[in-house]
Amino acid sequence: MLISLLGIPIFTLLLMLQLAIVSRLPLLQGTADLMLLFVIAWSLHERVKHAWQWTLIGGTLVSLVSATPFFVPLIAYLVATAIGRLLQRQVWQTPILAMLLMTFVATILYHGITYLALFFNGTALPIQESISLVTLPSTLLNLIFALPIFVIVNDLAHWVYPVEVI
Amino acid sequence: MKTTGSGFWQTATLLLVGVGIVLFALSGFLTPLLGTVLSPLVNVQEWLATRYMAVYEFVTVPRDVATLRARNQQLEQEVTSLQAQIIELQQQLREAQVLYALLDFARSNPQGGQYVAAAVIGKDPNPFLKYVFIDRGSDDGLRRGMPVITNQGLVGQIDAVTATAARVRLITDPSSIVNVRIEPHRSEAQLVGSVTGDLTVEMVSQDAPLQPGDLVLTSGLGGTYPADLLIGQVISVRKQSNELFQSASVQPVVDFSTLQAVLVITNFRPVDFSPLIPTSVP
Repeated sequence: MLISLLGIPIFTLLLMLQLAIVSRLPLLQGTADLMLLFVIAWSLHERVKHAWQWTLIGGTLVSLVSATPFFVPLIAYLVATAIGRLLQRQVWQTPILAMLLMTFVATILYHGITYLALFFNGTALPIQESISLVTLPSTLLNLIFALPIFVIVNDLAHWVYPVEVI
Repeated sequence: MKTTGSGFWQTATLLLVGVGIVLFALSGFLTPLLGTVLSPLVNVQEWLATRYMAVYEFVTVPRDVATLRARNQQLEQEVTSLQAQIIELQQQLREAQVLYALLDFARSNPQGGQYVAAAVIGKDPNPFLKYVFIDRGSDDGLRRGMPVITNQGLVGQIDAVTATAARVRLITDPSSIVNVRIEPHRSEAQLVGSVTGDLTVEMVSQDAPLQPGDLVLTSGLGGTYPADLLIGQVISVRKQSNELFQSASVQPVVDFSTLQAVLVITNFRPVDFSPLIPTSVP
């Protein structure tokens, strides 16, 4: 329970960084998503036992703050966590490659869900511009940020779940 | 006595010779002779002075280099410190300029009513959306729907409010629609945002003489925004004879990428038309 609650200050700090800095550093119209990267890295780590709880916290925080309709961030983060946990059991020997793969897939997935949600909400976006100016630049930025986030999350996981010496 | 007399004549002779030489020198008769004699002496003096300075520099320069290095380091530190101060002061100046501009705007628009100044503290994490967050909320009298402006023009509208912060939908958001009037021909149109942040006026009548340079202002229709707020300028027109309406790209007067501070018009409440919209009766 305590470990789950630890996610609140960490995701709050990440969200502040995201809103104040990362969202203001666009590549064309795309921006990186620190919260998504953190959720992916957390779900891929073998020691982590509270991935779902942390994803709920992060997804809820972003959904409350963002203007994205229908709690899309929460849904996308939960789907990303599901795929991440599945991948962690299958491709456990190459976590960095899994991180990069998951970053690519999750970004496309998140943007796809956002696109559909906005469409059903009455905002039809031009698909070609959305892909070339938003999704692809965002994917590139996420891939750039993926490795440092992976390293930070790795250290955090070792701190939160220390090795039990028998 | 003889010796004394001889000494006197010797002195007198020397004095006369000396006075004579001086007089000759003053009258210029000795110039060639002096030149011939002094020239090698000057050369020797010059040679000696040069060698002396070389030896002096050889002895003293190492100490001066050390002193200069220390002084250089000290000056470099001072330069670094001053540069940091300049950057800090420039930053403060920029912030002050923005606030002064907003203050000037509020003073010069007394008929506009009440304004609340707010700083932009963040941007929506979703790159498809154009929303910003400001550091004023319902505690400062902000309500959903209030227009947000800068001293340059229209920024957007408050979309959500908490006690201490608010979320503002920019007019560049893809879901944003603003009723506008295009001057000088007073044509009515709709301004829509896009995923790229570009602004377009649509639904302009084919009869309207739309051309680059026309000003785009809020019309006040629909009661969402007050009238006559400047938005931008038409930069290119798209007109095709087989279409019902013409459209145009608009260059906004507000630079949304460097938005730092905004004003919220607190005495304007958007008109709520929802009770007038007929609902189907089961």
